[in-house]
Amino acid sequence: MDAIILQILNGLDKGSAYALIALGLTLIFGTLGVVNFAHGALFMIGAFCAVTLSKLLNLSFETIDPTQTDFLGNPLKVKTPYVIEWFGMDTGSAIIDWAVPLAILFSIPIMICVGFIMERGLIKHFYKREHADQILVTFGLAIVLQEVIKYFYGANPIPTPAPDVFKGSFDFGTMLGFDPNVIIYPYWRLVYFFFSAVVIGGVFAFLQFTTFGMVVRAGMADRETVGLLGINIDKRFTIMFGVAAAVAGLAGVMYAPINSPNYHMGMDFLVLSFVVVVVGGMGSLPGAVLAGFLLGILESFASMNEIKSLIPGIDQIIIYVVAIIILLTRPRGLMGRKGVMEE
Amino acid sequence: MLGLNKKDMTLLIVVTILTLSAPFILNPFPTDSAMAQFNAGYPDLMQRFAIFGIFAIGFNLLFGLTGYLSFGHAAFLGVGSYSVVWMYKLLDYNVIWGLPLAIVTSGIFALLIGFVSMRRSGIYFSILTLAFAQMSFNLAYSVLTPITNGETGLQVYNNDPQVLMGANEASSPHLFGLVMNSSAKVGVGAWEFTFNNGYYFCGVIAILVFYLSIRIFRSPFGMMLRAIKSNQTRMAYTGLNPRPYTLAAFVISGMYAGLAGGLLASMDPLAGAERMQWTASGEVVLMTILGGAGTLMGPVLGAGFIKYFENIFSKINDTVLHNWFAFLPDGLEDFVVFLIHPFIGKGWHLTLGILFMLVVTFLPGGLVEGGQRIAAMIKRTKEDEDTPAKTEPAE
Repeated sequence: MDAIILQILNGLDKGSAYALIALGLTLIFGTLGVVNFAHGALFMIGAFCAVTLSKLLNLSFETIDPTQTDFLGNPLKVKTPYVIEWFGMDTGSAIIDWAVPLAILFSIPIMICVGFIMERGLIKHFYKREHADQILVTFGLAIVLQEVIKYFYGANPIPTPAPDVFKGSFDFGTMLGFDPNVIIYPYWRLVYFFFSAVVIGGVFAFLQFTTFGMVVRAGMADRETVGLLGINIDKRFTIMFGVAAAVAGLAGVMYAPINSPNYHMGMDFLVLSFVVVVVGGMGSLPGAVLAGFLLGILESFASMNEIKSLIPGIDQIIIYVVAIIILLTRPRGLMGRKGVMEE
Repeated sequence: MLGLNKKDMTLLIVVTILTLSAPFILNPFPTDSAMAQFNAGYPDLMQRFAIFGIFAIGFNLLFGLTGYLSFGHAAFLGVGSYSVVWMYKLLDYNVIWGLPLAIVTSGIFALLIGFVSMRRSGIYFSILTLAFAQMSFNLAYSVLTPITNGETGLQVYNNDPQVLMGANEASSPHLFGLVMNSSAKVGVGAWEFTFNNGYYFCGVIAILVFYLSIRIFRSPFGMMLRAIKSNQTRMAYTGLNPRPYTLAAFVISGMYAGLAGGLLASMDPLAGAERMQWTASGEVVLMTILGGAGTLMGPVLGAGFIKYFENIFSKINDTVLHNWFAFLPDGLEDFVVFLIHPFIGKGWHLTLGILFMLVVTFLPGGLVEGGQRIAAMIKRTKEDEDTPAKTEPAE
């Protein structure tokens, strides 16, 4: 029992990341009808927003401290980040410590801008082209974005720690009445899960309870009719592209402490997110979220030693196996709608 | 001749001549000159031209003719490599055992994957093939380590059986004693030409499979595949089941990929799982599209183009750039070098990505279409010049 709970918990954070990326992919797909292979790159850019902000906050100037000397007897140079200089020791170091959560605020406008530029500058011209062309051009874009990041940040992963408060793990088992030290779960992963739940909830609420969301949903169902009613649906879809980019970016920002960002993390997640979208059903938002968590949890179950000894290697391929089975038995995915991307 | 019409025959003859004389053509600059770094006439690169040419020709048979965009072709490349290295380990270094096996195993592999993936089309097909390829890659890295030797990569060890190994046999890949990596160097004046056994082996095979692909393009089977691309529903209504045809195309194209993988292992007796990664599948997609999907020469051009510039670009560094732009005033020189810097050396992928986006956006037919457009433009300007000349006397 405890092992099962532990695996479900382990699956949640990865599942959250899958769900967030898949949600963005589905939003773009459902509104604009474009298969965006560059979505993983947006996730990566998000993670690098966190890296950039923590680097910016750590910008420091050097002063010579006459009271201290280094091992050669020279006066020691002390680096003081500007933030500490401006806000004082306590506030300043707290700001540096909270770089990753602060990066959420920092990344939203950036990601929305990136999304707008991508849509207006490139993807707009591909609505009328074949899906194969859309895949190819966004694939090219993904390579370009990835290489740009590599040019500026190098090829090595950059560790970006979470705030000190969330470091370490807590004993989840004792809360449920299990023995201590059986179910241990890092705080940050729990934060990640709640954060993604909030973002997913926010996106759904935005689509469900605002007029803007209602128009977008109407546009997803029948773009032409909404256009004939005199609504500028293209503009709204562009905004939705920005929102989708922001969702992917946020997923990336918060993922930075879990896995040090490197330039190809987007590609690694992209392949899986596509599988998630297909399993959930093309164009179905709840499907994407459901499939994201489902596959995340299945993956962590498959990496249990008991299961690995039954079927060796299952942890490596479980997601793909599930995807193949689902595609062959339920071609529309778990919650796919009729008429959306049938072929 | 050979069942080809005159135009195709000319194309085949041109390709044959170019392939056989590649060591000369690709080596236009004298060895000691400053331009020698642009020479491509050395064995390793020429082998790559031929092998990736085969890979791209095979991919084009699927994507160019049927329009099914597979993102998992690297899996077959890997399977081909592993088969050949296993034959080295079990029998001996003669490639004659491994290559047919590579074609057969990758064919079977393609049949299995194709049978499942071909049930869906469009984006679903791409994702299914991608999923299968990633699955093979992950398996090759983890559970299948006894077969694939995991991260180290499969290679021949001293204690391998090698039952057919003769006493005087070469200890590197060869074809009945013709050692692949041995080459003859011929110096003519300032030039030095390298004739490598391995390259000619790959080159001859490339010509054969190119001929085969022309035949497939022109056959009723090829027509059928193109019909599937243009309108699958109509095909179904005329009473034809498209799936056997697309599946056959997938298997043939998988066998081409397996052959290419086998040849890679024939040139260098190693096989690693990274050959199966989806970036490798992406590369062949890039080659085919860049050259021109659905055309005969396109994939070969694309493969040659990418492999050549990959090699050249990684050699250029800032010092070379400074030499080139030395004629500019100093400030401007530094600025130009600064502008170009991100695109050279390690930045080759950036250049490739941008180039690829430009091609997909503005030139969907690839380099071949670009060539045709230029040819048409020249023709038009000529006609323009001709027309007034004809009308003038009438006035």
